[in-house]
Amino acid sequence: MDYITNNSVSKLGINLKFNPTNKRNIINSLLSLLATIFASIAVIPLLLVIGYILIKGGAQISISLFTQLPSPPGDDLGAGGIGNAIQGTFIITILATLIAVPIGVGGGIYLAEYSKNGSFAKFIRFGVNVLSGVPSIIAGVFIYGMIVSTRLILGSNFSATAGSIALSILMLPTIIKTTDEGLKLVSDNLRKGALSLGATKFTSITRITLPSAFNAIATGIILSIARAAGETAPLIFTALFSYYWADSNSLLNPIASLSVLIYNFALEPYEAQNQLAWAASFVLIILVLFLSMLSRWLSRLASR
Amino acid sequence: MNTESKPIFKLRKRSDTEKLIDKSFKGLALIMANSVALILFAIFLVIFSGSTESMARYGLQFITTSDWNPVLDNYGAFTAIYGTITTSILSLLIAVPLGVGSAIFITEDFVPIKIRNLVSNLIELLAAIPSVVLGLWAIFIMEPFLRPFFLFLNKFLGWLPIFGSEPIGPGIAPAIIILAIMILPIITSISRDSLNQVPQNLRLAAYGVGATRWTTIFIVILPAAISGIIGGILLALGRAMGETMAVTMIIGNSNNFSWSLLAPGNTISALLANQFGEADGSQVSSLMYAGFILMILTLLVNIFAQWLVKKIRLKY
Repeated sequence: MDYITNNSVSKLGINLKFNPTNKRNIINSLLSLLATIFASIAVIPLLLVIGYILIKGGAQISISLFTQLPSPPGDDLGAGGIGNAIQGTFIITILATLIAVPIGVGGGIYLAEYSKNGSFAKFIRFGVNVLSGVPSIIAGVFIYGMIVSTRLILGSNFSATAGSIALSILMLPTIIKTTDEGLKLVSDNLRKGALSLGATKFTSITRITLPSAFNAIATGIILSIARAAGETAPLIFTALFSYYWADSNSLLNPIASLSVLIYNFALEPYEAQNQLAWAASFVLIILVLFLSMLSRWLSRLASR
Repeated sequence: MNTESKPIFKLRKRSDTEKLIDKSFKGLALIMANSVALILFAIFLVIFSGSTESMARYGLQFITTSDWNPVLDNYGAFTAIYGTITTSILSLLIAVPLGVGSAIFITEDFVPIKIRNLVSNLIELLAAIPSVVLGLWAIFIMEPFLRPFFLFLNKFLGWLPIFGSEPIGPGIAPAIIILAIMILPIITSISRDSLNQVPQNLRLAAYGVGATRWTTIFIVILPAAISGIIGGILLALGRAMGETMAVTMIIGNSNNFSWSLLAPGNTISALLANQFGEADGSQVSSLMYAGFILMILTLLVNIFAQWLVKKIRLKY
């Protein structure tokens, strides 16, 4: 029996050895190099943005930044701090989460547990995808038209509540989608087991399937919180901005937020306000990156 | 079966409360699921009804005229619509080669998996950075850094109408670049997922008949994944058209039409972000009309994109 060896093949005049100077091998290496260059270019903006924010924003970090109020632009007293903006971002985001999570998880449960692949589920899943493509500014315009200009909520116009509702609209698609997909991954045997023991659908969902899908759902919720915390466009004409601390009336009044502070102060001609915008970016980036890392870690836990 | 012996379990009927809880839970979940359709419908209705006044007044002329004058109460959104379309399409021209190239880099194996995962994670982190932070960076770092380059373009290619004006700072060109940075992660991650879904056997078969790595990529892998990649590109286009903050901060917000990319311009979303807070009367209606146009544009692009992305999932 003849084996094909390098030796026997080269007797036929063919060389099977890899020849790096061959034209097609040169083109191959050049294209690989090009893809590597493209990938490096894609990473550079991230490193530059994070680098500048950490350096320029990090230099501003002090205790008073967190405890003081921002002073109105043009004031000689210095820029002050961003305390109320941090407070406001937390209030608006938490309120938005409280609105979006029950609706999103409930909707996801209906899609995955009750409707499965019926035409209704298809229709709603399509709607979820469409809603996730709606530009964030449109959510702001919608809430302005529906709530702010009509003074729907207890006669208030610009308010923290209006801002939170606008944010919750943007959080909703992510939460529904991850709940739906997380529940679909739960083994059907668990459901059958629960039902065969006489559990109602309600018990089976709340005791068996939801806990099994907990990590996947939590990943989606945290991801949507991270996105909402950095959103600006839906807030600029719903929650507006405020130079004061939030108090018990704040849900019905304009409220400050980190993202709107960055937007307003970046466009001010005063150096002190610009510096404050960098500091606020630093705090916002740390918050958002922390949440993204957390959701990543949870999703890795879920896929195990 | 022995009916005499004591049963080891007792069957009981479900109590009414249990049934009620079960039923109302289902009903509640149904309402929650319906809320999505309701919100979409409400968005459409509110923005449409808000813009009827302006629609009746200007009709299609609103799209073709570029005179936006709140003082004379006369509105035409051509500059903003043109800006939305040019910035998003030109940013795609930059982001598509970079994004698809990076996706190939991540899915191929010419560097160790650790480096590829790092690159993949870093690009995804880029998507997590809030738009307003990128805008701040664009104003103070990116635009001053790129200005000599824009000046150079104006000096040597100024006879081309698209470079025909002197860069004064904010403008359409820096907006295009910041948009390209923002949509890059979408293109990369969707292309990467599509490339990963191409069956390994196709690749092995191509190698088996003697194709090189890049012949395989161009002739086998990319064509197999193309509908997913194009879907991702369209999703990115939809995102670019609706993107607001970073663009608003760097585009200059001028409603005077100019062919030059170095001149300040406007997009629909930037127009809304800038003027909505202080607008009243018929200006609100005209802004709503512009918003309505933006919504229709992004809806069409998104629906088409989703259809394409789904197509590749069905194939493999």
